[in-house]
Amino acid sequence: MSEHRLYARERPPAEILIQGAHVLDPRTTIDEPTDIVIREGKIAELGAPGSLPQPPDGELIDATGKHAFPAFFDPHVHLRTPGQEYKEDLESATSAAAAGGFCGVIAMPNTDPVLDQAAILGSLIEAAKRQARVPVGVLASITRGLNGEELTEMAELRDAGALGFTDDGKPVVSAGMLRKALQYQRLCGGVVALHEEDPALSADGVMHEGAVSARLGMAGIPSISESTMIARDGALAYYEDARVNFQHLSCVESVAALQAAKELGAKVSAEATPHHLTLTDDLVRTLDSRFKMNPPLRGRRDRKALVDGIRSGLIDCIATDHAPHASHEKEVPFEQAAMGTTGLETSFSAVYTELVMSGELDLAILVERMSAGAGLYDLPTPLIAVDEPANLCLVDLEAAWEVGAGGYVSRSSNCCFHGRSLHSRVVLTIAGGAVVFRERMLTEAGALSAT
Amino acid sequence: MNANGGRIGRHLISIDDLDRAGIERILDRAESFAEVSGREIKKVPALRGRTVVNLFYEASTRTSSSFELAAKRLSADVVSIRSAGSSVDKGESLKDTVQTLSAYDPAAIVIRSPHAGAAQLVAGWTEASVVNAGDGKHEHPTQALLDVFTLRRRLGSLDGANIWIVGDVLHSRVARSNILAFTRMGAIVTVAGPPTLIPRDIEALGCDSSATLDRLEAADVVYVLRMQQERMRESFVPSLREYAARYQINPARLSRRQLLMHPGPVNRGVELSAEAIDSPQAMIGEQVKAGVAVRMAVLYELLVGSPILAAVA
Repeated sequence: MSEHRLYARERPPAEILIQGAHVLDPRTTIDEPTDIVIREGKIAELGAPGSLPQPPDGELIDATGKHAFPAFFDPHVHLRTPGQEYKEDLESATSAAAAGGFCGVIAMPNTDPVLDQAAILGSLIEAAKRQARVPVGVLASITRGLNGEELTEMAELRDAGALGFTDDGKPVVSAGMLRKALQYQRLCGGVVALHEEDPALSADGVMHEGAVSARLGMAGIPSISESTMIARDGALAYYEDARVNFQHLSCVESVAALQAAKELGAKVSAEATPHHLTLTDDLVRTLDSRFKMNPPLRGRRDRKALVDGIRSGLIDCIATDHAPHASHEKEVPFEQAAMGTTGLETSFSAVYTELVMSGELDLAILVERMSAGAGLYDLPTPLIAVDEPANLCLVDLEAAWEVGAGGYVSRSSNCCFHGRSLHSRVVLTIAGGAVVFRERMLTEAGALSAT
Repeated sequence: MNANGGRIGRHLISIDDLDRAGIERILDRAESFAEVSGREIKKVPALRGRTVVNLFYEASTRTSSSFELAAKRLSADVVSIRSAGSSVDKGESLKDTVQTLSAYDPAAIVIRSPHAGAAQLVAGWTEASVVNAGDGKHEHPTQALLDVFTLRRRLGSLDGANIWIVGDVLHSRVARSNILAFTRMGAIVTVAGPPTLIPRDIEALGCDSSATLDRLEAADVVYVLRMQQERMRESFVPSLREYAARYQINPARLSRRQLLMHPGPVNRGVELSAEAIDSPQAMIGEQVKAGVAVRMAVLYELLVGSPILAAVA
């Protein structure tokens, strides 16, 4: 097992001088033009622009006008491997992650078969070591086959490399079952991540319950189907002194329930997705199935509460819930369409365009929340500091692009930002000390050509 | 003939596709086709040589037959496909079915589907004009148009009319299209029914809502929705008996000056008492009769009476 339970194909360590980038790392409080020397995959030196030498046999990248951020980390990705490779596979998903500036992702276990046995988990990890472009961590399921009825062999799954456990895609409906998992966590460790939804309330809903569902005549998923479960499980986590991560919060009531659990002293954390932070259910009026996901896009108050939560840190991190689906699963009437949107390639740009450029969120906070997911799973947080492994991305904040116009790196095109004009673009990603993504404009000669 | 404007697009997916003038243009056109329906030879050559495909993914008697008659009375060639026994039954996707049918170069595709948004999807896959004959619980615009047509004939105008829509609004596409169409024509709409069957935030559509019929006497028109048996099984209401006790429209609740409408088929003794159905205030038969003329008008306006041609005429 790797020291940090992250697995990727080995790549040659980078030897680079990045010159002239504006480095912004809120954790190390750098916020100025700084040159970065990367040697043997590590950040070897940081210095004033023009003060550092190019490594011998190393590359020079002129990053004038670009920003360098700690690379992003996504704790919530559906790799669709094993079993649903027609939607996505390890290579395509981690290439999409690299293009989005990520230096690590955590895979969800709702695959086919479900990651509920050490052998299945182990074979995915072996595949990641051969194919993954960026390091991949894996969550095993809490219950066998996601059936909500029997615990998996959690201790053995931990030994096999699981970072934690989740039945994501489904809630753990029984409080008794979840309580046992949280008790068992004391033996095996690992974070328990929860998709919160009371199926008795969400029933056959396909979108947020509100004025738009009333207009469209589609069954609603009420916000309380999520928030009542967060309240319940916050109480369970506190009672059992367990570590719980609430996945993809979507509504104002959930933010309140999270706050109550944190104030009580429960060891809980939470994610919000770029789409819930930037879009609302008003878009479902288009009947475009790209806007169908679970939890659903909600109202304006909900979106604002999530942004407030991200800003204050109550919500710990941004996670995409990258959920690829083949076109035939989406080119059907909205109610029949599969739930989910891709997100790896648009995560930073979408939030930057919709929240930072509009003044709703500070750039530094966005940069911090984009990588905060690593720490929630006891993984090292990417830092731009000397002697740290090189995990950073170069971003052109001035670049504008239309989502999907040049195709997608992901195998699937069900992106809720499709067709939207976004600002800012990742041009280089270094993950685990190796260059994993380089925009075409970033030429082999080592200079950024004019765009 | 009112030919001066009105917004009518290439398709009729939603009442939102029409402004008030557009609705009035269709209704005026329907008046002239109603006259055709009174003739011995009930046919005009407006769509001769053109093809209308009726694609019905849901059981329907009155809507499918009235669309079929409407197209035939306009002299169109009509192909009617029902999901049972067709390739739809063999698992063909909606997209593939529509693309296959589009190869016949139809002028219009009329679609009924159990899923919201199906008609809009079809419009993206074909060159034909698409008419929504009911998509899930979303909309049923031609039903709303024929209801407005029927009411306008009786009232002259809907301006200021107080219309109550009573019953299972949650599961009713008719309710949604009618709220939009009635309010667009100047009526004041209230929806009433068990709170479990009134969608949250329905007021955003521009109507009022009520959990009781206490203020029903204010209504000029009482529009009653069909109450389906399965709603009892799903616990939306505890029993038919309790539903009828609180919401059935019967002579005790209906005053003589009020008009009564229902989209059919009626559950006699549930949402309506037999006396109410057979009362002179009931316009249920007129609604059915209006269906053919209004659907002729819709097909005509979409396929022949394009805004440019209308302006020239």
